[in-house]
Amino acid sequence: MNALDVSDVSFAYGAKEALRQVSFSLVPGRFAALLGPNGAGKSTLIALLTRLYDLQRGEIRVGGCSLRDAPRPALKQLGVVFQQSTLDLDLSVEQNLRYHAALHGMSRHQTGLRVDAELARQGLTERRREKVRELNGGHRRRVEIARALLHEPRLLLLDEASVGLDPASRLALNQHIRSLCREQGISVLWTTHLLDEVQPSDDLLILHQGRLVASGQAEELTQEHGGDLGSAFARLTTSGAAR
Amino acid sequence: MNAYWQCFSGIVLREWLRFVLQRTRFLSALVRPLLWLLVFAAGFRAALGIAIIEPYDTYIPYEVYIIPGLACMILLFNGMQGSLSMVYDREMGSMRVLLTSPLPRTFLLCSKLLATSLISLLQVYAFLAIAWVYGVQPPAPGLLIALPALLLVALMLSALGLLLSNAIRQLENFAGVMNFVIFPLFFLSSALYPLWKMRESSEWLYWLCALNPFTHAVELVRFALYERFNPLALGVCIGLTLVFVLLAVLTFNPQHAALRKSN
Repeated sequence: MNALDVSDVSFAYGAKEALRQVSFSLVPGRFAALLGPNGAGKSTLIALLTRLYDLQRGEIRVGGCSLRDAPRPALKQLGVVFQQSTLDLDLSVEQNLRYHAALHGMSRHQTGLRVDAELARQGLTERRREKVRELNGGHRRRVEIARALLHEPRLLLLDEASVGLDPASRLALNQHIRSLCREQGISVLWTTHLLDEVQPSDDLLILHQGRLVASGQAEELTQEHGGDLGSAFARLTTSGAAR
Repeated sequence: MNAYWQCFSGIVLREWLRFVLQRTRFLSALVRPLLWLLVFAAGFRAALGIAIIEPYDTYIPYEVYIIPGLACMILLFNGMQGSLSMVYDREMGSMRVLLTSPLPRTFLLCSKLLATSLISLLQVYAFLAIAWVYGVQPPAPGLLIALPALLLVALMLSALGLLLSNAIRQLENFAGVMNFVIFPLFFLSSALYPLWKMRESSEWLYWLCALNPFTHAVELVRFALYERFNPLALGVCIGLTLVFVLLAVLTFNPQHAALRKSN
């Protein structure tokens, strides 16, 4: 069963089309990069995947469960790190995590175990009582990742999660997520507009002007569309290339 | 069922922690009604004599009359402010987290409304405590009886705020809410003057006040504080709370805010 199936999804803001007949699937345990210039429709797609917006057309299934017909089991399998931080800055790391666990209806006992485990995995155990405001950007992202993984989702969505981080933290975050993907068998959808965050073995989806203009393994796509990822991306995202 | 309880208590706990941590916001919310009580009412008492009216047993100074209205004013401001931020960007981040919960959206929104209402009650009781020290002392059992009345009013006003924020584009900022919602609701009610006094000056103003839901909210609290039961006010408040909550939940859609922005 696929971790995510997006079928024929279209979305418009009034008369302005943001997504046009987008379809793709994510295989379990793989790192998929969703690449697109600003305004390509990535944020709209994320809003639809997280049920912030209602589907206008098409179907989204998370782990086989329809987001429209069975939102509860679908959202249970989904962990999200949003582009803009959604942490309560004045609350401690642990309070933020416990709030998220409560929203997922987790028992107090289960919450305690999962908070300990995720903080340890993110190397934040020592900082659990610190206010989020006192953490740097990289650590805040780690708290958000710990939070997203708390309810043990099968699919982790990261919307431009590296925005605002310095190059070293950006690289560290990217590698960290890849190791989660390898070790935990979690599927990852990583949206970005930065080409250097994509590796040849990744599954790659390229979104441009609301359309999915390419999908496949990054290495194969670059060979097909010209030498390196940069020139392939440029070729695919010049206006005329949108099919 | 347990999942729902965990979720609700988590939402209440978060609101509580934010309340405790944002002391300045709490204090500034108290300044407004205290100014009305300590300055406006003190000056106004000479100009306005209050006859014996229900639920009071005797002539009362103006400070006593104005207390229920000011308690409801705290709920009005908090309800509008909280609901507005649920719809627009300031809290959109945390609303996104709330909405990724697998529990039904209706339950999440009602929990959020109830949680913010419970926190508002703390502010009301802090205000009543200061008023008590100042000399306005309703009967002690009345303070307890007023608790469910205040909670009902808080819920009604929060739900009204959410409904208005969902429906009206012009309410994107708090100044708009102040001018078009809070001030008309507050001034066209029995919060500052009894309705018979209003009737003496203008019949149509009287009817506007009599039909204003906020009047019924104030009267419900006023009667409860003095251990009296006001069935009309209770009926109106329960009915309107149900209608407002239902409509607010049905019309809540973050997509609308995004669609409005793009237009």
